[in-house]
Amino acid sequence: MSESITKPNPYFKEYLPQEYKDIVEKEAFKKNKSFLDLGVVKELLEEHPLCAGCNLALSLKLILVALPNPEDTIIVGSTGCSSLALAQVGIHNIHSLFGNQNAVATGLKRALSIRFPDKVKDVVVMAGDGATADIGLDMTLHSWFRKEKITTIMFDNEIYANTGGQESGMTPCGRVVNMAPKGKKFSKINMPEIAKTSGCDYVAAVSVAKPKSVFSSVRKAILVAREIGPTYVQIFTPCPTNLKIKSSEAIIVAEEKVKQGEYPISEYISPQAEEYLKNLGELSQ
Amino acid sequence: MAGNNLKEVSAEYLLFEAKREEKFITGSEAVKEAILRANVDLAISYPITPQSESMHLVGDLYAEGYVKDYFRGENEFAVMSEVAGAAMAGVRVFTATCGPGTLRAFENFPMWAGSRLPIVMAFMTRGVNAPLTIQPDTIEMSFLLDTGMIMLHAENAQDLYDMILLAYDVAEQTSVHLPVGVFVDGFFVTHTRQKVKVIVEDVKLKSYDPSRSPMPTIDMETPPFRYMRDPFVMKSNFISYAAHASWQQEVIAAMYRSKKYLEKYLGSLIEQTNTDAEIQIVASGTAVSQARAAAKILKEEGIEVGIIKIKSIRPFPTEEIKDALKNAEKIVIPEFNRAGWLAKEVASTIKNNDRIVHGPRVYGGMTMPPEIIVEVIKKGTLIGV
Ligand SMILES: Cc1ncc(C[n+]2csc(CCOP(=O)(O)OP(=O)(O)O)c2C)c(N)n1
Ligand SMILES: [Mg+2]
Repeated sequence: MSESITKPNPYFKEYLPQEYKDIVEKEAFKKNKSFLDLGVVKELLEEHPLCAGCNLALSLKLILVALPNPEDTIIVGSTGCSSLALAQVGIHNIHSLFGNQNAVATGLKRALSIRFPDKVKDVVVMAGDGATADIGLDMTLHSWFRKEKITTIMFDNEIYANTGGQESGMTPCGRVVNMAPKGKKFSKINMPEIAKTSGCDYVAAVSVAKPKSVFSSVRKAILVAREIGPTYVQIFTPCPTNLKIKSSEAIIVAEEKVKQGEYPISEYISPQAEEYLKNLGELSQ
Repeated sequence: MAGNNLKEVSAEYLLFEAKREEKFITGSEAVKEAILRANVDLAISYPITPQSESMHLVGDLYAEGYVKDYFRGENEFAVMSEVAGAAMAGVRVFTATCGPGTLRAFENFPMWAGSRLPIVMAFMTRGVNAPLTIQPDTIEMSFLLDTGMIMLHAENAQDLYDMILLAYDVAEQTSVHLPVGVFVDGFFVTHTRQKVKVIVEDVKLKSYDPSRSPMPTIDMETPPFRYMRDPFVMKSNFISYAAHASWQQEVIAAMYRSKKYLEKYLGSLIEQTNTDAEIQIVASGTAVSQARAAAKILKEEGIEVGIIKIKSIRPFPTEEIKDALKNAEKIVIPEFNRAGWLAKEVASTIKNNDRIVHGPRVYGGMTMPPEIIVEVIKKGTLIGV
């Protein structure tokens, strides 16, 4: 989009909501922000209804500052806690159904390529672990098999948080949660490995407790998806409400579990993606 | 692209003025002929009998350069979400399925209507499991009645061809902007050859204009970029309930606003013969053709029978049906499904609905010989049901 599109008509300006004026005036669409810009530029996420200490909310903020080109980015979400926050974001985003996010993103990306052949439009999927690895797994995988040029980001709180803490495929083996009264009977799905073998050119598993790595993996993933192929980022966002931990300690849990080796961190870059990122240089940092 | 050699024209020119020639083609081929003129950006397919051949032929149009993008999706639920994403981003789409595919995709249909997406799709109706069947049966239409989708029912390949083309113009009106399902009885129409008058001029429908959408096109070019203030539908307060309720009412209102655009092309939503006859047959789809054959047999025996063909199931022609049946003494409603959804619709529309004989009904792939309609009319009741 061009800047003139967002500039409010002076005659109508007084009727626009303050957040909208702020988004336009306070550089929310500024390109190439750093995560250090959080709290300085106008953020794309307004006040949100997620719980105090929610790690998903924090990682969403980090993702939004990491967008290399927010003014031409479209977000596709799914039902779950994240859909409550995405409705508050100042970027076009879609909520349609639970689990169909990668299918919607496929159609959207192809349509934008038809309508804007000479323009980069980044399509970024953001959904929960249940949406990505359980109910929507077929569509997640098929979008990768087809090599759709989209970025898939999973908020991995290892649980169906929004419906009250039920087991998901991403819940660790043995954990007792709702609908797994005797503990989960099988291992956490190894999505990063599956993403790699399914054709993703960039794959990362990171923790929200490391803002810099969230920021850089999201940025790399979106850049690689533009030119090379599908990409996947999995962000560890333990849920204070369902884990019954204090809000102030949620981020510490995100840090500790990684330190204790309970949440594997990883990064994979395909040779083509590596080459491409190298040529981009600073932009991809 | 070969499609670039076709001149863009208005829907009115395309449907009323463009030069046509009669061809002897199957229903599936009629779909191809329609999509050739529809200027579709993206078509997505998934195989299921008896629909598959239509989408093979649409794939050929892509290979020939008349459709900009085309692929086979992973299942019908995904396909309907894929066309939704594309429609949200402002392009014209097409897909088709039937029976089990319709049910697999179901959650998408009310989402399409609620998101005000002008998707046009064809349903080559087929029975649903169990037991497994691939045969013609219109049961899926019963399930789709309240999704908010506009539903047109083609009697033959000519209807199918015309309805697909007019569906785009109706769906894309700003005051409508809803999905349109064009239904046709699988096999009976898709796999038989009929005379169809198709356009032969080098023209196509003018492109879809996303700026006519009542919802912002999701492309980061169409403000507002933050068009939802809160996730209102999930809050537990009266304002959010009222927001959902009024949104749903608007979807239904939009569907009824489509009536005048449908009438422009279809004439009335119903078509009548022998309006004064005391016995009236009400039908849609190929049941109309069977009714015509039955009426002919009865006429030879001196019994006058009128036929009311319903072309649009949603919006339902309530006033037209009331008026058309006000003097009828006996009303017979033959259907290709077990549920008898058309009989229920008519029964809830007219006064003194004990005038209705619910049937005959055939399903599971059975044909409907005109003789069984004749027998029902003569006996005034159902036989052997
Ligand atoms: C078809 C369908 N099935 C079930 C649900 C109920 N549902 C809504 S959100 C949700 C859980 C989401 O879990 P996840 O994707 O992990 O996101 P989180 O809430 O944990 O962020 C479920 C099961 C639904 N909305 N639709
Ligand atoms: Mg979750």
